[in-house]
Amino acid sequence: MASIKTQFEVPAKMKTWSLGLIILGAIAVIAGLVTKGMSKDEHEQAVFWGTLMYNSIFFTLICNASMFFICVTTLAWGGWQTSFRRVPEAISTLVMILGPITLLILVYVAAIGHNHHIYHWLDKNVMETDPILKGKVGFLNLNFYLVWSVLTIGLWMLLGARMRKLSSEADSEMSLEQGKSYIWRNTVNAALFIVWFALTVGSTVPWLWMMSIDAHWYSTMYSWYTFASSFVSGMSLIALFVIYLKNKGYLEYTNEEHLHDIGKFMFAFSVFWTYLWFSQYMLIWYANIPEETVYFKHRVQGPYKGIFFLNLIINFIAPLLILIKRSAKRNYTLVTFMAVLIIFGHWIDFYQMVMGSVSKEHVTLGWLDFGTAALFIGLIIYFTGNALAKKPLIPKYHPFLKESIIHHT
Amino acid sequence: MAKKKFVVGCFDTEDTLFPAVKKVRMAGYKIHDVYTPFPVHGLDHAMGLRETSLHTAGFIYGITGTTTAVSCISWIFTKDWPLNIGGKPHFALPAWIPICFELTVLFAAVGMVLTFCYLCQLAPFVKKHHFHARATDDLFVMVIETTDKTNVDDLKAFLANSGAVETDVQVAEPGWWLGRYDREQELIRETAVAH
Repeated sequence: MASIKTQFEVPAKMKTWSLGLIILGAIAVIAGLVTKGMSKDEHEQAVFWGTLMYNSIFFTLICNASMFFICVTTLAWGGWQTSFRRVPEAISTLVMILGPITLLILVYVAAIGHNHHIYHWLDKNVMETDPILKGKVGFLNLNFYLVWSVLTIGLWMLLGARMRKLSSEADSEMSLEQGKSYIWRNTVNAALFIVWFALTVGSTVPWLWMMSIDAHWYSTMYSWYTFASSFVSGMSLIALFVIYLKNKGYLEYTNEEHLHDIGKFMFAFSVFWTYLWFSQYMLIWYANIPEETVYFKHRVQGPYKGIFFLNLIINFIAPLLILIKRSAKRNYTLVTFMAVLIIFGHWIDFYQMVMGSVSKEHVTLGWLDFGTAALFIGLIIYFTGNALAKKPLIPKYHPFLKESIIHHT
Repeated sequence: MAKKKFVVGCFDTEDTLFPAVKKVRMAGYKIHDVYTPFPVHGLDHAMGLRETSLHTAGFIYGITGTTTAVSCISWIFTKDWPLNIGGKPHFALPAWIPICFELTVLFAAVGMVLTFCYLCQLAPFVKKHHFHARATDDLFVMVIETTDKTNVDDLKAFLANSGAVETDVQVAEPGWWLGRYDREQELIRETAVAH
C-alpha cells in the first residue's frame, strides 16, 4: 500500500489549461451578452439565452450523471467501481457549481427576462386563448417552473453531497459491523438519490426545461432521450478522467478490466440512446400528424438537416462500429477518442434540441456556442481537479475494494 | 481416429489447480484440456487458450441478417410489388428498421448457437470420452497429452507433487464419435487402463 500514490496533486498544466478555457469562455459569453444578449432584437436575445441554457443544462446533467452512476452501482451492489469511485464523486461535485449557474440562467429566462421567444407559454394571453396550451396550464406555468427547478437542483446537490460525505468514512478503518452499516447507509442514500433522479431527469425536468420550448409539441420519449444522452456523455467524462489519472500514474488498482466495463456503458447507452431516438422519430414519421411532425419539420427538412443526421452518425454509427470489439473497449487511446467524440456528439444533440426550436430558420452554431462550451469545460476540469485533490483517490477501507482489485470481465 | 495416451490429474480445489496448471505448462507438458464442475474465471488465461472468435462470427451473421432484410424488403416494396401504404414513399426506411433489427438479431443468435455447438462438438448422438465422472461433480480434472518421449511415471509423480489428489493414465479417443451414452455399457471408463 505504501508505494501506491493515493493523493492527487493538481498539475500546473491542468490548472493553466482549465483557467485558460474559463477565461476564453468568459470572454466569449461577455461578448455574446454585449452583441446578442443586450440587443434590441428579441430573436438575438433568445439565441444568446438559448445558447447559455442548453450548455448549462447539458454540462450540469453530465456531471450529475456521475452521481447517478455511483448510486446505480451502489444499489446493484457493484463493487467493481470502488477503485476509481472517487473520480465520478469528484465530477459530481460540479453540480454544486454548475447547478446554481443553470438555475440562475433558467430563472432569468423565465422570471426576469420573460422571454416569450424561448418559452412561448410565458405569454398569459396565449395561454388563455390557445385550446392546446390551455390544457397544459397546470404544468406550464411560471410558479411551477420556478419551484420545481429550485427543488430539482437543490435536492440533486443535497442528496449528492450526502453520498460524498458518506464516502469519506471509507478512508478510516472500520470493523465488520461498521462495514455492514456503511454499506446499508450507502444503499439507502443511493436509493433516495435515484428516486429523485427518476422524478426529475427521468421524467419532468427535460419536459419543463427543454421540451416546453415547443409548447404545443410533446413526446413521452423526450425525458428518457435526454437522460440517455446525458448518461452516455457522463460515462465518457468518467472514462476521460480515469484515463487522465492513469496516465499520470495514479489509480494503480484500476486497469483495462475496469475500462472495459466503462466502455460497455458507453457502447450500451449509445445504442439505448439510438433506440429512443428512433422510437421518437419513427412513430411521429409514421403517424404524420401535423402537431407532432412540427418538431421534426425544420430539423429533417430545414436548415438543421446536416446537424440532425451528423448527430445520428456520431452518436450511433461511430460507437456501434468502433466500440463493439472487446479489444477496442480495453484500448486507452480508442476509448479516449470515443469519449471525446461522444461528448461532442451529445453536446451537438442538445444544441439541436434547444436551438432547433429557438432559432428555426437559421443554424446559429458558431463562436458563442464553442465559447460557452469552453467556459463550462474549463470549470469542469478546474473544479474536478480540485475535488480530486481533496480526498485520497482510493477509499482504502471500503468493504468492496478487494472486489474491485480482483475485478475480471 | 487414433487413440492417444493421456495422463490425468485430479485436483480438489481451484487453489491447487491454478498453480498446477502453471507448473505443468512451465515444465513443457501439453495440456489436452481441464474439466471443471463449473466455469472457472481466469482458467482460460492460465491455460493460455486463445480468445474465442465466436463474436466475430456473430458480427458476420448479424450483418448478413441486416443485408438480407434490407435487400429483400427493398426489392419487394420498390421493384416487385410497390404498394401505396398511407402515402409513404416506396422506399420507407424508418418502417423497415424494426424488421431489419429483428432479422439481425435472429441471424446472429441462431448462427452463434449453431457455431457454439460446432466449436464445442455438441450435438445429439455425439459422444466423447469422459476422463473422470467426478469432473461434473466436485473434481477439477487436468488431462495431459503424452508423446513417445514422455516418462509417464515421472509425470504422475510431478502431478502428485503439484497437489493432485488422484493420478491416472488413460488411453482414449481424443475426438468424438457417434454413439449413445445410455446404450453403451461402460459409461465412463471404457478405456483400457495402461498399467
